[in-house]
Amino acid sequence: MTKTRSPIRSNVGLKAVMAVTGILLVLFLIAHMLGNLKVFTGETSFDHYAHWLRDIGKPLLPGVWFLWILRTVLVVAVVAHIWAATVLALRARAARPVKYAHRKKVRGSYAARTMRWGGVIILLFVIYHLLDLTTGTLNPVGDPGNPYGNVVADFAPERWYVTLFYTLAIVTLGFHLRHGAFSAFRSLGQQTPRGERRARTAALIFAVALCAGYLVVPFAVLTGLVS
Amino acid sequence: MNLTLRIWRQKGPEDKGRMVTYPVDDVSPDMSFLEMLDVLNERLILDGEDPVAFDHDCREGICGMCGLMINGDAHGPQRGTTACQLHMRQFKDGDTIDIEPWRASAFPVIKDLVVNRGAFDKIIAAGGYVTAPTGSAPEAHSTPVAKANADAAFESAACIGCGACVAACPNGSGMLFTAAKLTQLSLLPQGQPERYTRVIGMVDAHDEAGFGGCTNAGECTVVCPKGIPLNTIGRLNRDYLTATTKGAGNTPGS
Ligand code: HEM
Ligand code: SF4
Ligand code: FES
Repeated sequence: MTKTRSPIRSNVGLKAVMAVTGILLVLFLIAHMLGNLKVFTGETSFDHYAHWLRDIGKPLLPGVWFLWILRTVLVVAVVAHIWAATVLALRARAARPVKYAHRKKVRGSYAARTMRWGGVIILLFVIYHLLDLTTGTLNPVGDPGNPYGNVVADFAPERWYVTLFYTLAIVTLGFHLRHGAFSAFRSLGQQTPRGERRARTAALIFAVALCAGYLVVPFAVLTGLVS
Repeated sequence: MNLTLRIWRQKGPEDKGRMVTYPVDDVSPDMSFLEMLDVLNERLILDGEDPVAFDHDCREGICGMCGLMINGDAHGPQRGTTACQLHMRQFKDGDTIDIEPWRASAFPVIKDLVVNRGAFDKIIAAGGYVTAPTGSAPEAHSTPVAKANADAAFESAACIGCGACVAACPNGSGMLFTAAKLTQLSLLPQGQPERYTRVIGMVDAHDEAGFGGCTNAGECTVVCPKGIPLNTIGRLNRDYLTATTKGAGNTPGS
């Protein structure tokens, strides 16, 4: 038998790509969440943190280099993640050309069923989020020198729809990770029933914690705790 | 009891096919599902009509030939049970029952409810065997096998190749079958020589047949009549990643 395709393009290899890139994104999300929570330490401290991000590695790397390296890694991860997701989704569709006349709803978890559309929602949110708080294009203040002010303006009570969209996106992300975090372990070779129970529990706790960590910021602004 | 069946009828591979409704009266709750279809077929034959084609052989849940999508459930509503072992007492008088063939591009319909599962044979041919001369059964303790491995290998060896996992999978993936046929060998000493070439060969054959990829949704293990656990697929993933990163070559059986 001859080699038919590169291992990365096999159904197993593509899932490994999704798992590795997914984990990279998760690591970023954890750091990003911890950074956000600095908003509770006050305006100067938060702004100081935001500016510090641009200076990491300063003596070794000039200016915002570190930030650009990080951004490149993240973009590559997102593109690879979506590429693998798309190839697998197309293959899954081709694998069942004739649908069942009588089909029960898939019994697996809601999270597992909504991975693909959930991913699309997350992507749309990330684009909006970058235009809002990174470039400032869609932000009512949009002052790069005043990140704290941008955040507070974003989640002001009269802009409740922004908070609503943000909340929906974070909950979607929570579901994505409730299945995704377990699934990534499995894709990378988690193989015992006991480990599976542990991985599922860990994924659930992690997803809830991450959602909570991201949601306290807008709700603190909404309720005036941060202003 | 009296039932209404809606059955997929398709004259041959090229026919478009459609659901056809048949009333069946006086069904005993003690009949098996296939016996109920036999009753329908006898009547169809007497009426000069074409009987419904469906696959079956042992009718005792061990050969893996039977396979019907019953009301959207692979092998019907009872867990851990093949269609042939399903009894009509699982249904109520007056029920309407939809019966369809397995749906997968890798399992083309031959006629009515019969599909061609030759794709599974190709996966087996690509590595689902050992070359170690095993001879007659050796002394049980001459080759020690850890209990956990022996148990897991035995669990996998229970797979009867029915294809329900593919039929139920939202991605049309054959990973549970492939993983079962892989681990029944890879966990035992006899399976070690080809351990890594086997996994590459079988995954390649799986993908080439047009099955989809696994998303760990877990539908397969719910319908599997032999209860092959989902973590079996993790064993396949691990062996595959080890084999491909090691560059273990791609000649199954060498
Ligand atoms: C913050 C961004 C994201 C993170 C942290 C993330 C994380 C993950 C993780 C850890 C997995 C599990 C990988 C595996 O099963 O091996 C996963 C799977 C998946 N992701 Fe994402 N993801 C993100 C964004 C996206 C986006 C933007 C899309 C699509 C447009 C997407 C679509 C998918 C799909 C379809 C799966 C496959 C589900 C499965 O096979 O079980 N994800 N993601
Ligand atoms: S894994 Fe289960 S459902 Fe799939 S072919 Fe084997 S016995 Fe049938
Ligand atoms: S006919 Fe043999 S398993 Fe059902």
